[in-house]
Amino acid sequence: MHVPDGFIDAPVSVGAGLVAAAGVAVCLRGARRELDDRTAPMAGLVAAFIFAVQMLNFPVAAGTSGHLLGGALAAILVGPYTGALCVAVVLLVQALFFADGGITALGVNVVNMSLVTVLVGYLVFKLLLAVLPRSRRSVIASSFVAALVSVPVASLSFVLFYALGGTTDVPLGKVLAAMVGVHVLIGIGEAFITALTVGSVLAARPDLVRGARGVTPTLQLRPSAAPIAG
Amino acid sequence: MTRPAKGFLLLGLLVALLLAGVVSHYASNEPDGLNRVAVDKGFARGQHDPVRGPLAGYSVKGIADGRLSSGLAGVAGVGLTFLIAAAVVVVVRRRTARSDRPSAHSRDEDLTGQPR
Repeated sequence: MHVPDGFIDAPVSVGAGLVAAAGVAVCLRGARRELDDRTAPMAGLVAAFIFAVQMLNFPVAAGTSGHLLGGALAAILVGPYTGALCVAVVLLVQALFFADGGITALGVNVVNMSLVTVLVGYLVFKLLLAVLPRSRRSVIASSFVAALVSVPVASLSFVLFYALGGTTDVPLGKVLAAMVGVHVLIGIGEAFITALTVGSVLAARPDLVRGARGVTPTLQLRPSAAPIAG
Repeated sequence: MTRPAKGFLLLGLLVALLLAGVVSHYASNEPDGLNRVAVDKGFARGQHDPVRGPLAGYSVKGIADGRLSSGLAGVAGVGLTFLIAAAVVVVVRRRTARSDRPSAHSRDEDLTGQPR
């Protein structure tokens, strides 16, 4: 969903840049509380992993592909503030080095693919966890739905930017219907990748899934003299 | 303190490098959702050509072999992303440590790894 240069006009791009900068500033502040000794080493990995998986476009319809956005995944693994920063770093690297997403559209892309997906994904995840029984399965199911919802909402955010500053005069209803339609399909892929990844980390190191803290059994503290198996 | 996550992190990075360096070759080359809609509905005509750096389009400039070129670009991207994200984390944590200095106790509580 990387917006290239020229889809959105200059004033709205600048406005989006300001919103993105404010959002990143809020996240830098919020991440202070999240980046404890367990989450901090995970952040680099989460960003690198999302970069890698974003390269894996999967077919969704005739002549159309989609790829992971990763906001819901990042928020569940390392917390929403750190998660948004991770996706923003991915978008920055893609725009600066890979010509994927325009430089002038970086603000639009950070808002759509980092801030919106994290906000929506994390809210849905937390709401579902609050009503579902406390279990590993609930964490995986919640991450599936969170990811599924986050993608079409991100496409709505794009349509909003298009409505405000689109450089072409394509009727808004057409853009809206087509964007949301295809991104519901991409959201299904996002949901499977997110649930699979969260499930894998839960199986290997449940303590490294920040969003599952308090749901999965807490690790016991052992005296350092005791032998540690494995 | 927590169990060391070094093994997990190395494994995770290896997976990321394999996905970006090898598996990405088999990804779909069709335009993604936004680009498809932009072409179909006609707003793609607003697009400007991007500035093309040495890794533009997920290929390394000057390497003719497509598989090698995109694989190397993917590995470079994973490395760059990891380093920049890790640098952001270091800066945020350094600032946290500084601002927490007057109340070092609250920080010690975090380090026990108790869930909040």
